[in-house]
Amino acid sequence: MLIAIAVIAGIGFVGALALAIADRYLAVKEDPRIGLVSAALPGANCGGCGFPGCDGYARALVAGKAPNGACAAGGAAVATEIARILGLEAASVTRRVALVKCCGSRSETIRVGDYNGLCDCGLAAATAGGDKGCRYGCLGYGACANVCPQHAISITDGLAKVEKRLCIGCGKCVSACPRRLIELVPADATIHVLCNNPVRGPEVRKVCGTGCLGCHLCERNAGGPAAGHFTFSGFLAKVNYENPPTDEQLAAKCPAKCISVDPHWESAE
Amino acid sequence: MKPKDTSVRYLLSSSPHAHASVSVTRLMLDVILALLPTTAAGIAFFGWPALWTVLTCVVSAVATEALCRRAMGREQTVGDLSAVLTGLLLALNLPAGLPLWMAAAGSVFAIAIAKQVFGGLGMNPFNPALAARAFLLISFTGPMTTWLKPFWWRSPEAMTTATPLATQEFPGFADLFLGIMPGCIGEVSALALLVGAAYLLVRRVITWHIPVAFLATCAACALVLGGAPVHVQLLSGGIVLGACFMATDYVTSPASAKGKLIFGCGCGLLCMLIRRFGAYPEGCSFAILIMNAFAPLISRWTKPKPFGAK
Amino acid sequence: MKTVTSPFRFKGGVHPDYNKELARDLPIETLSCPAELVVSLSQHLGAPATCLVKPGDYVVKGQVLGSRTGFISLAVHAPANGIVKAVEPRLTASGGQSPAVVLDTTAPAPEGVDPTERVLAPLDWQTAPREDLLRRIEEAGICGMGGAGFPTCVKLNPPPGKRCEFLIVNGAECEPYLCADHRVMIERADRIRTGVEIMRRVLGDPAVRIAVEANKPEAIAALERAFADIAGDVEIVVLPVLYPQGSEKHQIYATVGRVVPEPPALPIDVGCVVENVGTVAAIADAVEKGKILLSRVTTVSGDAVATPKNVEAPIGTSYADLIAFCGGTKGTPAKMISGGTMMGFAVATDRIPTTKTTSGLLLLSERRVFRYSSQACINCGRCLRACPMNLDVAEIGKAVESDDMAEAESLHVMSCIECGACSFSCPAYRPLTQHCRRAKGTIRARLAAARAAVASAKATT
Repeated sequence: MLIAIAVIAGIGFVGALALAIADRYLAVKEDPRIGLVSAALPGANCGGCGFPGCDGYARALVAGKAPNGACAAGGAAVATEIARILGLEAASVTRRVALVKCCGSRSETIRVGDYNGLCDCGLAAATAGGDKGCRYGCLGYGACANVCPQHAISITDGLAKVEKRLCIGCGKCVSACPRRLIELVPADATIHVLCNNPVRGPEVRKVCGTGCLGCHLCERNAGGPAAGHFTFSGFLAKVNYENPPTDEQLAAKCPAKCISVDPHWESAE
Repeated sequence: MKPKDTSVRYLLSSSPHAHASVSVTRLMLDVILALLPTTAAGIAFFGWPALWTVLTCVVSAVATEALCRRAMGREQTVGDLSAVLTGLLLALNLPAGLPLWMAAAGSVFAIAIAKQVFGGLGMNPFNPALAARAFLLISFTGPMTTWLKPFWWRSPEAMTTATPLATQEFPGFADLFLGIMPGCIGEVSALALLVGAAYLLVRRVITWHIPVAFLATCAACALVLGGAPVHVQLLSGGIVLGACFMATDYVTSPASAKGKLIFGCGCGLLCMLIRRFGAYPEGCSFAILIMNAFAPLISRWTKPKPFGAK
Repeated sequence: MKTVTSPFRFKGGVHPDYNKELARDLPIETLSCPAELVVSLSQHLGAPATCLVKPGDYVVKGQVLGSRTGFISLAVHAPANGIVKAVEPRLTASGGQSPAVVLDTTAPAPEGVDPTERVLAPLDWQTAPREDLLRRIEEAGICGMGGAGFPTCVKLNPPPGKRCEFLIVNGAECEPYLCADHRVMIERADRIRTGVEIMRRVLGDPAVRIAVEANKPEAIAALERAFADIAGDVEIVVLPVLYPQGSEKHQIYATVGRVVPEPPALPIDVGCVVENVGTVAAIADAVEKGKILLSRVTTVSGDAVATPKNVEAPIGTSYADLIAFCGGTKGTPAKMISGGTMMGFAVATDRIPTTKTTSGLLLLSERRVFRYSSQACINCGRCLRACPMNLDVAEIGKAVESDDMAEAESLHVMSCIECGACSFSCPAYRPLTQHCRRAKGTIRARLAAARAAVASAKATT
C-alpha cells in the first residue's frame, strides 16, 4: 500500500519536474501584448471580426494588421482598453445588433404548401421557393439561430427573434439567412420597419396581414421626405439609421402594423 | 389581419418524389417472419418451456423499449418492431427451460443496456441479443449450459444433457440437419434456419456475403484445425443461426459488400478458434460480438471508391 | 447502322415504378397559344438573357425578347404575337425568381406591324459551313432539353485540343411518368436523323451512339427505320431498364465504356458529347426549316390528372393552362411536380410557366406521395448499393447532420449527381439526397468565398 502510494507520487513528481523544465526552457517567445489584448477581448470566439477567434484577432491587432474596433461584441469598452494596451488612438464603436426585418408570423402570413424535409432555411427556400406565401419573409427554419454563437436567436411561431441583450453583432446570421432579411442596426435605435417585401401593397396584402404596403404614411407622420427618417426601395419603407425617427407613435399609426418599437428585446436588463 | 389561405396546399419536398416503399418496420417484420420456422421447430422439440421463454423475452423486450423511450423523453419506437425482433432473437439463443426471470433479465439487458443507452436503434455497437446472451452466460453459467433433450417428455428420467460439441458424441446427419439434438431454442434446426435465410435472401433483406463468408470460413477452419467433423461443426453450436441472422444484423455489421465478406470471414475464424482453443465449446456468439467491435474499422478499410474517382 | 445491346452495366441504380403506361401511347397534341404567356429570361444554364423589350411593346412570334448575355447564355424569343404586359420577376420551377416577359397574346397587332412569324433562312446542312450551322443553333435559342438546359452551341463547340469521338444521343428517358422523348422518337425519328447528321458535321464526324432504354421498343423500331440507310459508324444502343440510365456519366459508360473523372471533368474530356433527342430534333428544325425553338413537348401525367397527355405547348404556357388542356385535375392532388418523380421539382402553385427544359408536369394524389422522416440510419447499406456514383451516402448523411462538411467532402459528396436513388431506397425515409444537396451547397459557397477572398487580396496588393 505505502509502496504503491510512493510509486505513484514519485511518477507524479518526475512528470511535474519535466513539465516545469520544459516550460522554462522550451517556452515560445511571443509578444506579451498578445496575451493582454486577448484577455481584453470578450472571448466569445464569434468570428464577427473576420479573424479566427479572439486570439486570432489579438495577434492581428498586435501585428498591426487589423483595425481596432472590429470587435462588435466588445463594443466601445473593449476598443478603449485595446487602444490603451497598444497605445493607439481610441476608436469609436457603435454597438450594433441584428434585426430580423419580418414580423410575418405563422398567424399573420399564409403558407402556400407543406414543406417536408430538412429543417434548413436555404433548403426550404430551394424547394418551390419555400412554404411561406411571402417570398421575402422569414421562413422560420432557423438558419440564423443555428449559426448564432450566443444562442441569441429563437424561432417562435415561424419567425426568428433576436434577443438584444445577448446579441453581440457578429453578423453571422446576416450571411446565413437565404432571404437576406437580417440587418445589423444601431443598438440604440428604437423604431424599426419589420418587413422585407418590396412589391406593391395589394400583392403583399394577398400573402401577409402585416407586410409593408409602401404607403409612405410613416414618412409623412415623421415630418415628410425632407426630415429623412425613412428611405424607400420599391414599395418598402426602411428606417434611415443615420437619422432614425424617435416618435413612438409611428408604430401605432402604421396601417400594416409592421413598424415596431424596440421589438423582441423587452427582456433587456 | 391574416389574408385567406390558398385553396390547395401541395406537399413541398426535395426530389426524389418516389420511394421504394421499403420501411424499417417492414424489414424487421421480414426477419421475424423468417425466424418463425426455427421458432416453431424449437417449440416442437423442446415443448412448453421453449414457448414460455420466447413469449417472456419478446414481451419484456417490448416493455423495456417502451419504458426506456418514455424515460428518455424520446419519441416512441416500439412500432418499428425492432424490440420484438431483439426479444425473439435472444429467446432463440437461450436454452429452453432457463428460469423465466433470467430470460426476462436478459431482455431488459439487451434493450436497456445494449441498445437504448447508446441511443436506440441504429446506434448500438453490439448486437443487443448477443450482448444479452453473453451477459446471461457469464452471470448464470449453470442454467445457461443446462440443455433439455429434444422430446424430453418421452424420457422423464433424464431430461437434460450436454450439447454434442461438449460431449463429442455426434448425432447422425439427419438429426443434425433437422435439429434433433440439445441446444438453444432457435439454433438446432438447420433446415428451418435455412428456409428462413432463403426467405430473407429472396426478399433482399440480407445479401449472401456474410452467411457465405461465415460458413465457408468455418468449414475451412474445421478442416485445418481438426476436431469434430466439418458437417457437425457447421450444423451445431448455433453457427447457422449466427451466420444467417445474428451476424447479418445491419447496425453492427459493415454495409459494403467487401466489408461484409471480411466481417463474415472474421466471425468464422474467431468462432472456430474459440471452439478449438477456448473454454466455450460453441463460441459463435462471442465471435460475432468481437467482430461487431471491428465493424466500424472494417467499414473504414473498405470505403467505396466513387465512380470516376482516381 | 446496327442495333446493339449495351455491353457495360454501371454499378447501382434502382427500379422505381415507371408508370409510363399513362402517357406512353398517346400521340403528341398541340396546345394552341394561351391568352397569357410568361417567357422566362433564364430558361438555360448560365447568365439570364438581357431583356430587349419593355411593357407596351408589341412583339411578333420569333422576335428576340432577350439577347445572349455571355458565353454560357442564350437568347430568348417570343413564342407568339402579343403585347408585353410586364417585365417582372416570376417564380420558377426550381423555387427561385427570375425575370420574365409577360405577353398578352390576345392583343391585336397595331397598324404598320407585320404580324407574320419571324423565321430564319433555311440552311442546306450538307453544304453550309460549320460556323454557320453553329451560329444557327445559337440563334434558334437551343439548349439541352433533357433538364439542365446547357446552351447547345457551347456544347457542340469543344474547346481547342479536345475532340469529340462519340456523339451520344440520349433517348433513355429513365424518369418515371415522362414520355415526351419517347413520343418524339416515335413521331419525329426523321427529324432526329437529320439532327444527328447536322451535329456530326459540326463535331467533325464522330461515331454516333443512340441510347434508348429497352422498355421503348416502338421508339427503337422507329429509329431503326429512320436510320436504316445512314452511312458511317452509327449504332442504336439498347440499354437495360435501370434508373439513372439517362445520367450523362452513366450513359457514356453504358454506351462506350468510358468513365468521366470526378468534377470538374466534363464528358468532352473523354471525347463524348451527349445530347437529348428533343434537342437533336430542334436542331434539325432550326437548320432545315429555320424554326426557332418556341415550343416543346411536355408530358402531363400522374394519377391526379383527368386525361394525361403529351402536349406540345408554346414556351411560357402556365402549368394551369397545361392542366386545363388535360381536362383539369382528378380527385385531390397532393403534390405537383415539374419534371419526373426522381429529379423533378415540387412546386407550390400552377402559376409557373413552362421553359425549354420542362419535360413533364405531374399531379400525384395522396396515395402516390410519401413523406420524409429523419429516423436513425440502420446501416442497411441500401443507399450505398443504389448509388450509381458508389458514394457512401449513409456516412455523408450522418456527416451533414453533424454539420461536418469537411467529412462530407472527403466522402466525395461533390461527385453526387442528385439522382435520388439513395432517398428512394432508404427504409428509414431519410432525406439523403437533400443532405447531399446541403453539403454541396455549403461547400460550393465556401469555395466561392475563398476564391473571392483570394481575388480581393490580390486586388489590394
